Amino acid sequence: MFKKYILYINLLFLISVSFSCTDSSQSNENLVDNFDRQSLLINITDNIILPAFEDFKEKIEVLEQSVSTFSNDLDLASLEQVQSHWIEAYKTWQYIEMFNLGKAEEIYYIQKMNTYPATISKIENNINSGSYNLETNNNNWVAQGFPTLDYLLFGIEDNVTNTLLFYQNNDNIAHLEYLKDVVSQMVSITELVHQDWILTRDIFVSSSDNSATSSLNTLTNDFIYYFEKGLRTNKFGIPSGVFSGDNTRSSKVEAYYNSNVSKLLSLEALNAVKNFFIGQSYNSTSSGKSLKDYIEYMTEDSVLTSAITTKFDQSNELIEGLNDNFVSQINSNNSLMIAVFNKLQEGVILLKTDMLSVLSISVDYIDADGD
Amino acid sequence: MKKTINTYFKRQTNAAPLAVFRVFFGFLMCVSIIRFWSKGWINSLYIEPEFHFSYYGFEWIQPLGSFTYVLFVVCGISALIVALGYKYRLAILVFFLSFTYIELMDKTTYLNHYYFVSVISFMMLFLPCNAQFSLDAIVKKKSYENIPNWTIDSLKLMLGIVYFYAGLTKINSDWLFRAMPLKLWLKSKYDLPIIGQTIMQQDWFHFLMSWGGMFYDLSIPFLLLYKKTRSFAFVLVIGFHMATRILFPIGMFPYIMIFSTLLFFDSNVHNRILKIFRRILKAIKFKSLNLNTNLIQIYYYRAHKRLYFVIICFLFLQLIIPWRSLLYPGELFWNEQGYRFSWRVMLMEKAGSANFKIVDSITKKYFYVDNNDFLTSVQQKQMSFQPDMILEYGHYLGNHFKSQGHKNVAVFVESYVSLNGRLSQQFIDPNINLMELEDTFKHKHWINPLNDEIKGF
Repeated sequence: MFKKYILYINLLFLISVSFSCTDSSQSNENLVDNFDRQSLLINITDNIILPAFEDFKEKIEVLEQSVSTFSNDLDLASLEQVQSHWIEAYKTWQYIEMFNLGKAEEIYYIQKMNTYPATISKIENNINSGSYNLETNNNNWVAQGFPTLDYLLFGIEDNVTNTLLFYQNNDNIAHLEYLKDVVSQMVSITELVHQDWILTRDIFVSSSDNSATSSLNTLTNDFIYYFEKGLRTNKFGIPSGVFSGDNTRSSKVEAYYNSNVSKLLSLEALNAVKNFFIGQSYNSTSSGKSLKDYIEYMTEDSVLTSAITTKFDQSNELIEGLNDNFVSQINSNNSLMIAVFNKLQEGVILLKTDMLSVLSISVDYIDADGD
Repeated sequence: MKKTINTYFKRQTNAAPLAVFRVFFGFLMCVSIIRFWSKGWINSLYIEPEFHFSYYGFEWIQPLGSFTYVLFVVCGISALIVALGYKYRLAILVFFLSFTYIELMDKTTYLNHYYFVSVISFMMLFLPCNAQFSLDAIVKKKSYENIPNWTIDSLKLMLGIVYFYAGLTKINSDWLFRAMPLKLWLKSKYDLPIIGQTIMQQDWFHFLMSWGGMFYDLSIPFLLLYKKTRSFAFVLVIGFHMATRILFPIGMFPYIMIFSTLLFFDSNVHNRILKIFRRILKAIKFKSLNLNTNLIQIYYYRAHKRLYFVIICFLFLQLIIPWRSLLYPGELFWNEQGYRFSWRVMLMEKAGSANFKIVDSITKKYFYVDNNDFLTSVQQKQMSFQPDMILEYGHYLGNHFKSQGHKNVAVFVESYVSLNGRLSQQFIDPNINLMELEDTFKHKHWINPLNDEIKGF
């Protein structure tokens, strides 16, 4: 008797499966998956990545131009021009750093552009020997990019007048050459990566499947990695000493020699992260399909997404409250730096734990059977 | 009563089903080992990591460096020899020991189906799987026509336990009333052709699969036992396991289960399969090994009484072990106390993050640990939501930093876990020094309770 019941239940189940299958093929319209991941990729690529690269390329070329002018004129106005263009380019860079994929990943673009702190001895060595390869030797990551410019423009002397005197001195012509080399290296690798984005855009946006190497998964993983490492650890964690037993490391802040801009840069970075998450265009306030929409589609509510955006907003508020200069902030009241780190850490948890779990995104480095 | 029991244990049946089972099992195990090797997992799971998570009481079982490869060779070859049925008892013993050793090397890779393989190969130690169609039969020139019926029944019962318990554990409010975690997993399969963008996204489909899965697991042992429904049940078995194969990264398990359920068919089916095997062997010119003639057919294999005593005790244990979770308070899915070894399969989408803080308990100076320095990503993922692993790793870190000369080392963890789509919450009490805790079978009071209730098993 019992067995019969079970049999009936199973038959019922099978029949319902087969029926519902035929159902769905007949009335496709209302059953189509209403989240279009490709439009997410298109939005991120066309409205965020490409315009940001466009803008950054322009800024870095302007910087190269002004360095060239400065090397000819060697006057105060042109040096100040270089310094301000460096700041502008560095700000825009914050919108680029999280996209460590494709060509950028292949040529270690991110590492070459912004590994900080720069190593002065390495830079001086390169300058003295006159033979160096910024392209291939990864020992030279600490002797190029924005942090090296930071040193050459702000750190070599204690103020702009002395810096000008330094470069006007004929003995230091090699330093000037190095400055030019570093910038032109930055321009050429930026153009390379930008060009590659343009060329591979179509392939990139069409790879919307859920596999370890698909665009959507790589982007998501890169986004989380950047938030955790690039933003939380590098900009706040390491300088505030949370990884080194309470011993602060103020020399490890981003833009150490011109640390008046350290807060500015981290605010830009946080803004970049937030815009990516909510799908807001680089050039305007309009927004399109984003990770936020995708999460809401999966969870069928906005509990998680509003928890995440709240963390972004709270982090922003905490950073706003800091001294413009993180070196001064660390030396005067490091606990506020740690507070930002902790708040960002709360965001990391939501992104790594809740978001990844809800999206069931395969993490690129995990490969094993489940049961 | 005693009489019926006695006659039951004396009842004989054709030996073909066990022979077929042995061949498939040995062969599939050998393939599994090769597959495991070819994916590079021996290196990435057992050689690369500098630290391994041990099972309670088995801390002495560790990977053997590059000899781990030798272990896998031994395991694979013994599986093949089991399939051939040569020196069967020794071969299955070596297989059981080597496979179980591999499984115990690191808790990170715990899978129910590895446990299943250990369980089955342990039982096979006591069963006459080499009675027919084996090199042993040829060498000894003795082939048994019949074997005690209970030997096959014991395996059927074990399979029944696996399915039925897997079904019982699905009777919980997350699985049945929230369709979790299937809803998340199925929705993320949007890239499957045709069904990915359509039914995989439908609410009713997630519930249908949840309820269907539960009914399937609960009823399949009975449907397989009952002759009239057997063929239908086997079709279900194939359909179900192939579906899981397509949807989830589940390795060899579906094939193992499909071939295992062949045991439920009567010996005619198996004799036909053996005939096919013989034909294949003939085709590849194994004529010198004449499998049919010159063998003395002995009709009854007599198993030692003690053997069925072992099997009965073992099956009894198998029946009660999965219930041990009832001894613990709190939410089972959250605390995972008594979660392993109980056929709880695919019930949770759990993810976590665990930040370890090393504190000098006198000066209160502290720093955070970068888990990448000690664990592989697979280990980090598994550790982050399993309390016993968090504790074991905490101790490892504490001892590591002590040996580096740090003083008054206390280890704290800031960990957050999300379970079946719930918002993450703090997992382990952040104010408890892990160095002061020992892993025991007692309730782990240092796990913060889940802010929700999951009803059911």
